[in-house]
Amino acid sequence: MDALIPLFVAIPLISAFLIMLLSKVIKGFHRFFAPIALLCLLVMAIFEYANLGQSSIQYAVGGWSIENGYPIGIFMVLDGFSVIMLSIINLIGFIALIYSLSYIRKYTAEGNYYALFCLIIAGMNGVVLSGDLFNLFVFLEVSVIASYALVAFGVGKTELEASFKYQVLGGLASMLILLAIGLIYWKTKTLNIADVRSVMESGYSKPFYIFVQVLLISGFGLKAAIIPFHAWLPDAHSSAPSPISAMLSGVLIKAVGVYVLIRLFFNLFVFSHEIAVVITALGAISMLIGALVALMQWDLKRMLAYSSISQIGYVVMAFGMGMILIVRGDHLPVAALAIGGGLYHLVNHAVFKGLLFLNAGALEHRLDTRDLKKMGGLSSVMPITSSTSFMASMSISGIPPFNGFFSKLFIIIAAINGKFYLLAALAVGVSIVTLAYFLKFQRFAFFNKSSDPSLNHIKEVPFSMSFSMVFLALLCLALSLLAIPSVNEALLQPAIDVLMQSDLYSTTLLGL
Amino acid sequence: MEGMSTIVKKITQLVAGLIFMYGIYIIMHGHISPGGGFAGGAIVAGAFILLILAFGSSALNLKKEVGGSSNTESVAILMVAVLALMALIFGAKVFLFNFLPKGTPGELLSAGVIPLYNLFIGIEVAGAILTIFLALVIFKEESSK
Amino acid sequence: MTVYILCFVLFLVGLYGVLTRRNLIKIAISLSIMEFSIFLILVLIGYIENGIAPILDPGRADQVYVDPLPQAMVLTAIVIGLATTAMLMAIAIRLYRKYKTFDIREIRNLRG
Repeated sequence: MDALIPLFVAIPLISAFLIMLLSKVIKGFHRFFAPIALLCLLVMAIFEYANLGQSSIQYAVGGWSIENGYPIGIFMVLDGFSVIMLSIINLIGFIALIYSLSYIRKYTAEGNYYALFCLIIAGMNGVVLSGDLFNLFVFLEVSVIASYALVAFGVGKTELEASFKYQVLGGLASMLILLAIGLIYWKTKTLNIADVRSVMESGYSKPFYIFVQVLLISGFGLKAAIIPFHAWLPDAHSSAPSPISAMLSGVLIKAVGVYVLIRLFFNLFVFSHEIAVVITALGAISMLIGALVALMQWDLKRMLAYSSISQIGYVVMAFGMGMILIVRGDHLPVAALAIGGGLYHLVNHAVFKGLLFLNAGALEHRLDTRDLKKMGGLSSVMPITSSTSFMASMSISGIPPFNGFFSKLFIIIAAINGKFYLLAALAVGVSIVTLAYFLKFQRFAFFNKSSDPSLNHIKEVPFSMSFSMVFLALLCLALSLLAIPSVNEALLQPAIDVLMQSDLYSTTLLGL
Repeated sequence: MEGMSTIVKKITQLVAGLIFMYGIYIIMHGHISPGGGFAGGAIVAGAFILLILAFGSSALNLKKEVGGSSNTESVAILMVAVLALMALIFGAKVFLFNFLPKGTPGELLSAGVIPLYNLFIGIEVAGAILTIFLALVIFKEESSK
Repeated sequence: MTVYILCFVLFLVGLYGVLTRRNLIKIAISLSIMEFSIFLILVLIGYIENGIAPILDPGRADQVYVDPLPQAMVLTAIVIGLATTAMLMAIAIRLYRKYKTFDIREIRNLRG
C-alpha cells in the first residue's frame, strides 16, 4: 500500500508537536498519546512487511514523476532491506516507549521527552525510506539532533559532558557526509540514488570515487561507531537514560550508520576491491577491540556500550566479506550467506542489546548505581530482571537455542567457506570473550552473595518495565526460528536479493 | 538583564516595525524573489530579539513569552502538516501535492500552495529562533540569581 | 580552482580550532566555521560560466542560469547548522552552570 509510506514520517512528526502543544494543557496527555501513535506505526510497519514480497514500492512525493528519464522529484523507496529496518525501528521504539512510561517519572519535563522520542523515530523512518541523498541527510540530522538532546536529558555533570562530546563528533561526521554528497552531485549532476548508479555505470573516474567512498566511510563510521571512530559511544550510551540507551544502541547506530553505509556501498557505488577490504578490516578490528576493552569495565552500561561496538563489528565484517566475495565473482552463494548472516545479526542485536540496556535501567532504577561491585545476589529479589538478563546474555554470547547462536554461526560458516580463516578464528575468539564478560555481569549482579544487607529489600520493577523486558526476551527466543531455511527465505531473502543484485535497485526504480 | 541607553531605545522603537515589515515582505514574495520561509522567519525573529535586547528582559514576563512563542511554533508546524495531508484528499492524492490553482508566474497570488507553505514556515522559524533566545535568557536569569 | 583551495583552507582553520582550543564556546564556533566552508564549496559547485542568478524574470527569456539545486541544499543545511549550534550553546551554558568554568581540561569526569 503505497499511500502509507509518507505516513511513517508524518505521524511521528505530528504527534511530537501535538505533545509539545497539549501536554501543558491536558495532564497526562503525552503518556496516553505517544504509545498510541507508535503502536499505529508498528502495526503499519508489520503490515507493509507482510504485503511486500519480492517487489519494491516507489512513492513520488508531490506528484513529480520521472520525465524524460530524469527523476526530478523526491522519491521514497520501500524495498526488502528498508522494510526490515522499518520493522526493527518501530518495534524497539514502541517497547522502549512502554518502558519509559514508568522510568521517566523520575525526571521533570516529561512532555519534552516524549516529543523528542517521537522526533527520533520520525528521523529514522525518514532515513530508511528516502530514495535520494539529500533527503537522507536531512532526516539523519533530525534524528541525531533529537538524540543529542535526549542524551543530556537528566542534566547532571556526566550527561552534559557526554552530550557535548557526542555533538562535536557527530557534527564533524555530518559535515564529512555533506561534503561527500556535494562531490557526488558535482560529478553526476543528480541526487537520486538510482540515477547516480545509472550515471556511474556508464563511466567514472576511479580515484575520485575512492576519495568520496573514504569520506563516506569516515562520516558514517563516526555515526555507526566503528573503531577508530568510536570515542563518543561509551560516554553517550552510558550516561543517557536507559530507554534512550536502548534506542541509541539498538537502532540509531544501525539505522543511520550501518544501514546507510550498506545501502550506498551496495546499491550506489560500483564495487571496488580496496574499499571492501577496508570495510572488512575495520569490522574485524572493532569486533576485537570492543570485546577486549569491555572485559575491563566495572560500570555496567559502559561495558554494554563497548559490547555494542564489538557486535556492530560482526555485522560490518559480515557485509564486508560479502562485498569481497561478490567482487571476486566466485562463491556467490557464500556471499549470500554472509550478507544473510549480517542482516540476521543486525536484527538480533537490536533485540538483545535493547533488552540488556533495559535490564541495566531496571537495576539503576532500584539501586541508583551502575557499578557492578556494589551489586550482588539480586536473583532472588528481582526474578524478572534476573531471568530476562540471563536470556539476553546467553543470546549475545552465542549459546544455543537462542538467536545469537544462529546468526554468529552463519557468519562463521560463511567466513570458512570463503576462505577467510583468520576472520573465522577471530569471530570464534571474540564470541568466547563475549561469554566471559557477560558471565562476569551475571555473577556480580545477580548471583554473588553481597555483603550489603540493604540489597535484600529491593523490590521488582513496575509493570510497564517488566512487560517490555519479558516481551523482548520472548522475541529473542522467537527470532531463533529465523534460522530454519524456509522461514529464512520468506523473511530475509528479499533483502539479500536487493543487496546482491546491486543494479536491480536502479533499474526497477527508473523503469517504473 | 538590563536595557540599553535612551538613544538605543528610541531608535529601536522607530526601526523594529520596519524590520518586521521587511521580514513579512521576504516571506510573502518567496516564490518570485530570493528568500522564502527560512530567511524571512529569521528576519522577523530578529525584530523581536532587537526589542528584547534594547529594553531589557525585566520588562517582560519571561515564562509567558517563551510559552507563547513555543505554542506559536507548534501550531505553525501542525498547519504545515495539515496542508501536506490535505493534498492527500484533493488533486492527485499524493503527499505534498500542489493542489491550489497556479496562475501566471511572476504574480503574487500564483504557484498554488507555495505562498501558504512559505507563510507557515516563516512563522515557525520566527517562533523557533525566538524560543531559543528566550530560553537562553531565562537560563541566564536563573543562574545569576 | 583557487576558490576551492581557499574553501579547503577555511575548513582546515575550523578543524584547527576544534582540535586545539580549550574554551567550549570556541570549539562550537570553530565547528560553525567548518560548516560554512562546506556550504561555500556546495554553492561553488553549481556555478556555470556566464550564468546569472536563477530568478525567473518574465521579461527576458532563455537566459543561462547557474544551478539552483546546490543553493536549495545550502539553505536547508544552514538551518540544520543553526539547530546544531543552538544545541551546542545550550549544553555549553549548562556545563558552565555545573562546573563554573568553560575550560575543557576541568570537565573530565568520564574516563576509560
